[in-house]
Amino acid sequence: MNKLLAIIPLMPFLGFLLNGLLRNRLSKSASGLIGCGVILVSFVLSILVFNDVRSGNHITGVYFDFINTAGIQIPFSLQADELSVLFMLIITGVGLLIHIYSTAYMHHENNGHFARYFSYLNLFVFSMLLLVMGANYVIMFIGWEGVGLCSYLLIGYWFKKTEYNNAAKKAFIMNRIGDLAFLIALFWILAKTGTLTFTEVFANTASLSASDICWITLLLFIGATGKSAQIPLYTWLPDAMAGPTPVSALIHAATMVTAGIYMIVRSNVLYSLAPVTMNIIAVVGLATAILAATIAIKQNDIKKVLAYSTVSQLGFMFLALGAGAYTSSVFHVMTHAFFKALLFLGAGSVIHAMGGEQDITKMGGLWKKIPVTAWTFLLGVLAIAGFPGTSGFVSKDEILINVYSYSPTLFYFAAFAAILTAFYMMRLFMLTFMGGFRGTADQAHHLHESPKSMTIPLVILAILSVFGGLVQFPHIFGGHAYLDAWLAPVLGGVHESHAENASALARREYILLGATVLGLAIIYVITRRKYAVASYNEKETAFGKVLANKWYVDELYQTIIVQPLQWLGKTCNGLVEKTGLDGVVNGIGKGLHAGARQIRLLQNGQTAYYLLYMVAGVVFLFILLRTDWARIGQVLNSIF
Amino acid sequence: MIPVLLIAIPLAAGAAGFFIKQAKPWALFASLLTLGVMLYGICFNHCSCVYSYNKPWIPELGADFHVTMGGLAKILCLLTAVAFPLIFLATHNKKREGEKSFYSLMLLSQAGLMGVFVAADALLFYFFWELALIPVYFLASRWGGEKRIAATFKFFIYTFLGSILMLVGIIYLFNQTPDNSFSIESFYKLQLSATQQYWLFAVFFIAFAIKMPIFPFHTWQPDAYEQSPTPVTMVMSGIMVKMGLFGVMQWLIPVMPRAAADASLAIMVFCVIGIIYASLIAMRQDDLKRLVAYSSIAHIGLMCAALFTGEVIGQRGVMIQMFSHGINIIGLWMVIDMIECKTGIRKMSQLGGLAQKSPWLAVMLVIIALANIALPLTNAFVGEFLMFNALFRYNIWMAVFAGLGIILAAVYTLNMIQKVFFGEVRNEQAQVGDIAWNEKLALAIIVLFIVVFGVYPAPLFHLY
Repeated sequence: MNKLLAIIPLMPFLGFLLNGLLRNRLSKSASGLIGCGVILVSFVLSILVFNDVRSGNHITGVYFDFINTAGIQIPFSLQADELSVLFMLIITGVGLLIHIYSTAYMHHENNGHFARYFSYLNLFVFSMLLLVMGANYVIMFIGWEGVGLCSYLLIGYWFKKTEYNNAAKKAFIMNRIGDLAFLIALFWILAKTGTLTFTEVFANTASLSASDICWITLLLFIGATGKSAQIPLYTWLPDAMAGPTPVSALIHAATMVTAGIYMIVRSNVLYSLAPVTMNIIAVVGLATAILAATIAIKQNDIKKVLAYSTVSQLGFMFLALGAGAYTSSVFHVMTHAFFKALLFLGAGSVIHAMGGEQDITKMGGLWKKIPVTAWTFLLGVLAIAGFPGTSGFVSKDEILINVYSYSPTLFYFAAFAAILTAFYMMRLFMLTFMGGFRGTADQAHHLHESPKSMTIPLVILAILSVFGGLVQFPHIFGGHAYLDAWLAPVLGGVHESHAENASALARREYILLGATVLGLAIIYVITRRKYAVASYNEKETAFGKVLANKWYVDELYQTIIVQPLQWLGKTCNGLVEKTGLDGVVNGIGKGLHAGARQIRLLQNGQTAYYLLYMVAGVVFLFILLRTDWARIGQVLNSIF
Repeated sequence: MIPVLLIAIPLAAGAAGFFIKQAKPWALFASLLTLGVMLYGICFNHCSCVYSYNKPWIPELGADFHVTMGGLAKILCLLTAVAFPLIFLATHNKKREGEKSFYSLMLLSQAGLMGVFVAADALLFYFFWELALIPVYFLASRWGGEKRIAATFKFFIYTFLGSILMLVGIIYLFNQTPDNSFSIESFYKLQLSATQQYWLFAVFFIAFAIKMPIFPFHTWQPDAYEQSPTPVTMVMSGIMVKMGLFGVMQWLIPVMPRAAADASLAIMVFCVIGIIYASLIAMRQDDLKRLVAYSSIAHIGLMCAALFTGEVIGQRGVMIQMFSHGINIIGLWMVIDMIECKTGIRKMSQLGGLAQKSPWLAVMLVIIALANIALPLTNAFVGEFLMFNALFRYNIWMAVFAGLGIILAAVYTLNMIQKVFFGEVRNEQAQVGDIAWNEKLALAIIVLFIVVFGVYPAPLFHLY
């Protein structure tokens, strides 16, 4: 079985190599087949591994020594336990649907670029699988940087456009900032415990002092803010929608952004010993959830709204982590993977139908024209808005309940963010699908439903979005918390802060349920009236402008970080390097040159001068000889 | 015998090369022969006697022709042996006047470099140190760019100043040995007082610091890299800079351990300043060669800092990294040279969209550039991981500030890729054709090194 484990990430890698090396020789169907086929194999193998893990086995495969020198031993090893295998299923399962969808969505690209697209996509899945399957932090880090690279390649996929390249660069660099913190945390762990293998580190927490653990967990969290788009490193994610739409689905749902959550849940033993870090995570997560939600309200680009909703939902997940509700967080990762992949692929289908248009103010009334997309999109909106019964309701509800036990204050803020979520998603839906069509006549003429290979993944994802919550349905609604039991071995010793007594819990659940239904109904009425319209004119308000400009955070970063750095580079290059250092070096050279030229003048060839020098020399020698050096020495000594 | 052959083959071939008409094939043949000997030496388990050779050289002075190969020497000799055939292969198509002299001088410098890495006698070490420098001076001053005379003059005077200082130090140490010997063992056995160590350390360190070069002794380097012909730049940046690091590891720290420990903090501060400083300047460069030159200063600064942590992992990291850095930077020069040959342009502001014209070259550059920023699963990652680890153990802030360099490295490297390869095609490069097979082969070998040692670095560790 441990040999089999290596095949799971190797399959997408093989796909990457085949598509990458043969990209100019393969037909589109061949590269599509390779791209999807390898993921399918990995998915099937993941199911096999899942069954094995279910029977209680933890599989570890150690393949060779990656680094083994000077007392540091880091093997190249993979593992599959309850947590990894859950992520493996999400990554390969949702990833497979995105791959299939892409075969149609990217069909207008020429053969070489089509194959290049699939090779990047496969490399992405490979990196993400390494990240969740690695049995030590270094393998995790390989995947961690790998997804950063893949996002760079895919966001900049259309490399002729400068702004896309800029977005790609921004993603990579912001991730690198987080990666540095991650690396330093690894050095810290290695220096104190002598190992980076998960099982050994977590068994050795005794060799870490409280402040060690606090700093390590904080640094790891900073790493997570880069990858999982939290304050302050979130700004790359909304820009990342420059890539093809299915890529956004892959980044936002199945891979990349969930890496930070995975890493923290994986390190739960450390985090549970770091209450300060946990509080910080909760606050940062909540702040991100609210900030991103407010921005999403005023965005008019269909993908941008979804991008900010991802940032916001990730904030919820971090809030749950901070509250110690690891399972709820993983559960939300899972349901979010379903509905966010659905929404992005649905958005892709809309954009496809609209001939590339992404501005929702120029859409409207698509409900009848593209029914499959519209229905599935609606289910996705309901799920993310937390409509009772959908997977999103179950997972978000669980987070809110847990946050209430952790801190009622945070709960009210979180509830506010949840209301905002429902609002901007309904706004998005109304503007896109309801009211009258606001696009050009040409677009209206070309409106069409997408082909089967795009709609079938939508339908599957819609089913998952609605029913995916059943794995963790609350007891009081007659469900079973399968996920709690499933993840218990990984979260060994960590007790989720479930509410104190059952009746209080039940009361809270019912109140939440009632409030949700009421809230959604009100939001429905408001958005229906305001946004399901034939012609749409946004009212300009000062605050609305701030939101539309994303609180000017990008501009802020530009002013306080990018520009000073540029200035520093300019100063170093011009003033310090050229004038300063090189000036000194060249100055010494010139000085010697000039000095030599002056001294040369003494050799002027006139005997009279030479006689003069001779006399001066003799006098000088005479003085030297006649001087009483001992006496001078005494005098000097008496002075000092 | 192996170290003797490694010196003798390029030396003899270089001397003969002045009279052989087919200079290019001859040089390639000789360098491949050297590589063959090197591979034979490391691939088969021999008794240690083949790695060592000792005969009196100048008995009157107590200097011996004593050469040995430890782990460090093996790695650097391997780099030297691998680099020269690659350089000859990649630059085979370029026509030059006086090819015979050009290739002969190249081979002579290879002999000098090999000698530096295997010498176990201080005078011999000094001899080879100069032997490596002088051919490079002639190469750069005759076949270099427009401002070659000024640049190479500065380069020569600067490094020669270091050499002279080092010679003074060597003679002083020689006088201190009880048996009046230049042998490295006698130097290692010396018990020097703190004062002696301090000033000797200063003398040697300046020599090595200029050679590496580290901030603030680096100003000769960007000019020299820019003005030298590409094969010479490859030798300088890929191998010659390692002479300085090698000197620190082999001669400086073991002979003056106390001074090295006392000076470590100051030196590391300079190195870390240099990393950030060079990275910031690299961000502002428009000329591809200068960008790579400054990026190299940053990398060397990191290696030097790791050496002075006194941590074993730091030294191991530096050893791995010296090899990887050599391979990667030679690869970068190859790509830049190909771009310049095809388009006649080296300014990033005038390039653009090359990925559409030459996708193969773009892929290669991206891989090499990613290795340059030490992405995991490229060869540079393992070395950097170990070196940063050592910095962390010395002082966390060293690791943090040096780490800023890896962020800035991503900035300027991705900028370079974007400006050269992405965006719309510009008119000037309308003529870009395909790459010749020998250039492709050379780049493919580089990429192979990057990936293989990135995934499986164990063979490099085993060399030690």
